[in-house]
Amino acid sequence: MEAGPVLSVRDLTVEFPTRRGTLTAIDGISFDIAPGEVLGVVGESGAGKSLTGTSIIGLLDPPGRIAGGEIHLEGRRIDNLPADAMRTIRGRRIGTVFQDPLTSLNPLYTIGRQLTETIRTHLGLGRRAARDKAIALLTEVGIPAADKRLNAYPHQFSGGMRQRVVIALALAADPVLVVADEPTTALDVSVQAQIINILKRMCREHGASVMLITHDMGVIAETADRVAVMYAGRIAEIGPVSDVVKRPRHPYTVGLMGAIPRREGGERRLRQIPGAMPRLDAIPPGCAFNPRCPEAFARCRLTRPGPMEVDASHVACWLYDPDATPTPDFPPSEDDEGDTETEWQTYTPPPDPDPQHAFTASGEALVEGPGRAFDLPQSDWRKVTRP
Amino acid sequence: MIGFIVRRIVQAIVVMLVVALISFTMFRFVGDPVNQMVGVETTPAERAALRDDLGLNDPVPVQFWRFVSDAAQGDFGVSYQFKRPVAELLAARMPATLELSFVSALFALLIGIPMGVYTGLKRDHWLSKLFLSVSLIGISLPTFLIGILLIFVFAVNLQWLPSFGRGQVVDLGFWTTGLLTVSGLKALILPSITLGLFQMTLIMRLVRAEMLEVLRSDYIRFARARGLRDRTINFGHALKNTLVPVITITGLQLGSVIAFAIITETVFQWPGMGLLFLQAVQNVDIPIMAAYLLMIAFLFVVINLLVDLLYVVVDPRIRLTGPAA
Ligand code: SF4
Repeated sequence: MEAGPVLSVRDLTVEFPTRRGTLTAIDGISFDIAPGEVLGVVGESGAGKSLTGTSIIGLLDPPGRIAGGEIHLEGRRIDNLPADAMRTIRGRRIGTVFQDPLTSLNPLYTIGRQLTETIRTHLGLGRRAARDKAIALLTEVGIPAADKRLNAYPHQFSGGMRQRVVIALALAADPVLVVADEPTTALDVSVQAQIINILKRMCREHGASVMLITHDMGVIAETADRVAVMYAGRIAEIGPVSDVVKRPRHPYTVGLMGAIPRREGGERRLRQIPGAMPRLDAIPPGCAFNPRCPEAFARCRLTRPGPMEVDASHVACWLYDPDATPTPDFPPSEDDEGDTETEWQTYTPPPDPDPQHAFTASGEALVEGPGRAFDLPQSDWRKVTRP
Repeated sequence: MIGFIVRRIVQAIVVMLVVALISFTMFRFVGDPVNQMVGVETTPAERAALRDDLGLNDPVPVQFWRFVSDAAQGDFGVSYQFKRPVAELLAARMPATLELSFVSALFALLIGIPMGVYTGLKRDHWLSKLFLSVSLIGISLPTFLIGILLIFVFAVNLQWLPSFGRGQVVDLGFWTTGLLTVSGLKALILPSITLGLFQMTLIMRLVRAEMLEVLRSDYIRFARARGLRDRTINFGHALKNTLVPVITITGLQLGSVIAFAIITETVFQWPGMGLLFLQAVQNVDIPIMAAYLLMIAFLFVVINLLVDLLYVVVDPRIRLTGPAA
């Protein structure tokens, strides 16, 4: 399995049965994480980022359940393992860092005890060896006088220090993957960069890949190798971080990048995407982004776009459909930068669209073979080859 | 840490002084103690002499001081009805009440905590639902009714257990105990269940609620994410975190168990302080009432102090930073 991905998620679907029907919180997402790779996962809250992480570590809170798809870790399927087998994977093969270090540690036990119990559970070391390993880990994450701090309780540590302890705990058994769910969101801005660096360094030194879940595009830009942009439980765009940040393809990503404050002529500008992400029970048919998309056209409201290959990325947007011609000129290139008020308008569909017609971005109708353009299988994340 | 204990002890002393003041007021103003002590044929001169003798003519603060210092030395005066020192009477009755109370509390803890943990962990199991429904009965039925029901079933119908008294007791000199004889132990069962049932259901529900709360917490999720064994998580991490509130409630409840033993003692004719107190109320035997009041207050205060100290043992956040004053 040396060249295969560490983690491979295929068509993962997570549902929440409720009294008013089943909500699909994650809708057929697929991605891989290569050995040593840092995959950033971004999106607004509610986009399903955290749920994806929770599903991978097998800790979905009932009634949420994996309704479809597969998760493979190092080539072995893990989404259907019995609870006990999954427990030995958690902590041992997959480490986890949660958002809030203030509440991640048990307040009644010393740091040392929490570390050694984790180490001993997974590595079967003796008391002394586990203690030595705990000291080594704390030293690695930059906690001074680690042997003395072992006897300290969590409340005696600052937030940043506690997150270091959490990182040490996540890597205690040398996992192959670390799922870090918003690891710096709860921390003071001044220590966020430090913690990210420690996380990155620790994972590199211990040979772990990282799934870094955050809503902070800045963190992703600095840390990740690849990035997946999630919207309404689907992956809108996934690709190398440089591509996604510098040349976002999906209209949502374009909007998201615009939402990062950046310096332009000494002035901070913030572009907002109008509207809000749909609630889970009101995801529109077709492309989930279509009500907010400035580029939406008729096809977007009818059929859900699968991932289209664009350079090294995959983009779930009809604008990049290799079968539709001509390839639209989107997104706006550099010369649009000076334009502060990008017009994000809701596209009004032409009256009574003929179902035999698909529309390009410019609105011109494409006459296709019967139903051809509409028949792309939903949630097909395998390659769409250009003709 | 030392400061914390000293502060608590000072608070305890203040509470005791306030209760002493109430007892003293009762003593001084509910009825005339002289009237209680003399017959109809006593002359006014004799009355005045007795009054002087008892110190009832001294200024009130002096009398209060005398009352407090006497009480502190265990002198609560002489019972009107029994003509014997109250301290002696209470001391003779105390073992019965304390044994009953502690056995009840133990019963409540030993049954209540495991039931609480079980119902917290297996929320949807039918046994949990049964426990919860039964616990509703424990909470809603009045103590005396439970006592009478138990007597009816186990003493009258089945004739397994005695319905009244302490059974055979062993006198250890300073303490009489029913824990060393079979009949003493058998006699303890029904009253302890009666007295402890309410506390047991309370503890069970409390532990359950706390367990549910703690199991949802981030550190339990993180403990799961670390791949710890379920047993370690449930009994090591979760249970310990539920203990702080359980200790508080148990402590406070132990005080009220002792105080409310009155009812159970009446139902089972248990020769404890509660029964003595009821007789005292019927006969306006104020020295006994005052002493009983002081005693119960003292027990409450001592238990609270112990509870505070236990917190410190369980929770390092209090131990190491000191409580917010
Ligand atoms: S252009 Fe259509 S498919 Fe692409 S994001 Fe907009 S609405 Fe979705």
